[in-house]
Amino acid sequence: MSNATRTPKMRSANTYWLSNLVGQGAINLFLLALSLACLLPFVVILAASFSTENSIVNQGYSLLPKDFNTLAYQYLLVDSAQVLQSYLVSVTITTIGAPLGLLIMALVAYAMTRKHFQYRKAVAFYIFFTMLFSGGLVPSYILITQYLQLKDTLAVLIVPSLVVGGWVLILRTYFRDLPEELLDAARIDGSGEWRTFFQIVVPLSTPGLATVGLFSMLMYWNDWFTSLLYIEKTALFPIQYLLYTIVNNMDFLDLLSQQAGVRVDPPRIPARMAMVVLAIGPILLAYPFVQRYFVRGIRVGSLKE
Amino acid sequence: MATAVNTSTVRPSKATDRLQRHPRLQRWIRNNGAPLMMCLPAILLLFVFAYLPMFGVIIAFKEYRFDAGILGSEWIGLTNFKFLFGTDIAWRITRNTLLLNFLFIITGTVMNILVALLMNEVQGTLRARFYQSAMFLPYFISWVVVGYFVYAFLNVDQGILNQFLARFGIDAIAWYRKPDYWPTILVITSLWKGVGYGSLLYLAIMLGISPEYYEAAKIDGATKIQQILYITLPHLIPVVIILTMFSIAGIFRSDFGLFFNVTRNQPTLYPTTDVIDTFVYRALRQMNDLGMSAAAGVYQSVVGFVLVLVANWIVRRIDPDRALF
Repeated sequence: MSNATRTPKMRSANTYWLSNLVGQGAINLFLLALSLACLLPFVVILAASFSTENSIVNQGYSLLPKDFNTLAYQYLLVDSAQVLQSYLVSVTITTIGAPLGLLIMALVAYAMTRKHFQYRKAVAFYIFFTMLFSGGLVPSYILITQYLQLKDTLAVLIVPSLVVGGWVLILRTYFRDLPEELLDAARIDGSGEWRTFFQIVVPLSTPGLATVGLFSMLMYWNDWFTSLLYIEKTALFPIQYLLYTIVNNMDFLDLLSQQAGVRVDPPRIPARMAMVVLAIGPILLAYPFVQRYFVRGIRVGSLKE
Repeated sequence: MATAVNTSTVRPSKATDRLQRHPRLQRWIRNNGAPLMMCLPAILLLFVFAYLPMFGVIIAFKEYRFDAGILGSEWIGLTNFKFLFGTDIAWRITRNTLLLNFLFIITGTVMNILVALLMNEVQGTLRARFYQSAMFLPYFISWVVVGYFVYAFLNVDQGILNQFLARFGIDAIAWYRKPDYWPTILVITSLWKGVGYGSLLYLAIMLGISPEYYEAAKIDGATKIQQILYITLPHLIPVVIILTMFSIAGIFRSDFGLFFNVTRNQPTLYPTTDVIDTFVYRALRQMNDLGMSAAAGVYQSVVGFVLVLVANWIVRRIDPDRALF
């Protein structure tokens, strides 16, 4: 990102230096403001989760916790079994769905780059078309609930979103950039397509695979819409859907604590905010490690044929 | 391929013997066998979860009965559509869908390019990395969480915004009851969530532009602004076109979570925030009007598809190389 290499030799070095300083100041001010605006809500929610119910009701949300306490977290993690159960569901669908989806998408993307595969254009169109046209919600809903009988199953949270057309195209772009001579040489040496894929293509494409894999993990972790349509059993609620449920249903948390056999007066607002923190917690923890993959991996420019 | 190589060394069985007498078939298998197998899982999954529902659009032309199934239900022609377009809801959701999405596309594109241009000028790797990390973060959270964030800001009694306004003596505003404010609120929310990712796409292109162009421009005495106008922006056009096309394709299956969670699905806000997607969902799950929901869904898909074709046609007229298909 450094612009040092492009610094020009201007005729009047002084004025350039000055305008550069003013320019840099303005640019940094703008970007700093924008960055803070992006971070601010996270701080507010975090603060609220450590505040007391009364302080929020009376004084409103703020940037620092008021009457710091961890009651909300105790309530969610100790008094209620549901939060941990939902965590388990989310972790399960993410750790099964993302790798499986990545494998399926990578395989088809690789096949589409093989020059001797005569149906590669047809397959590309088959995938591309799903990005442009969809049957809509009702046919999917009837298919899944009536014909496939997938309502209230773990499978419905995983299987329908295994293949995402756009990500297949991104992977294809990656595989296409691999040195062709290498793949040809493997073929001549008697390596089959499967072996070439797993032993040569996969190790050489880690940035691309990591990017799509992370996208996929994010999609599974953040999915609440599938549950909204197809999940009614609380034992199968993913964490995001649990979070959605308590937006609309103030009493849902009470219900949960009663199920666990404990009757406590819950800190309602802080408990909700603590739920938000728990729902984004794993993302925030992984963020410093995965963000650079995203940054490196996103190259949409050559998406086109 | 391994199998093809092996056949010559292993004693030929009846099957391989037959294969060898058909060299064309043999070559076909060698070229397409493994790739086809590799495609199979994706093809099957998309067939079930993307293509079967496409055939399911016929539901919109039927009086669907759960006991009779899709094929057994009776055809009723355009009755569902007549009901849909007989209400003023049809106009409202169409207008909101188009208007809000065009706002998102235009403000998003401008904002993302602007931020990318500025990021490209930042001197100091550490600072640039901080900005990028901060702005990218909202992209990673779900719309449910965003809904909570927005609520913490706009909540009438405890919200940050009303607290802030109170300092200037402005009375608390019940944001969730005032539909007029919501196009702006939704645009800001959408920008907030998308700017990190969106600007990154453009920044990636900018970093790929050969420095030689800029060197040459500087020798010719071009100002910074001129460099941006005549070198940077033209390089971005292909990406702008591709992203805009995909956004247009996505218009009619808009970001459901944005309209559903951020508004907390408040009926008072429907006049400006109800889009086709939220209506399809409501008709199906809350009004239990399957026919109307299916009709709205078909309307959504068909118009979306036509929009993409038109957008692509326009791009093709201007510059055939940049058309999507």
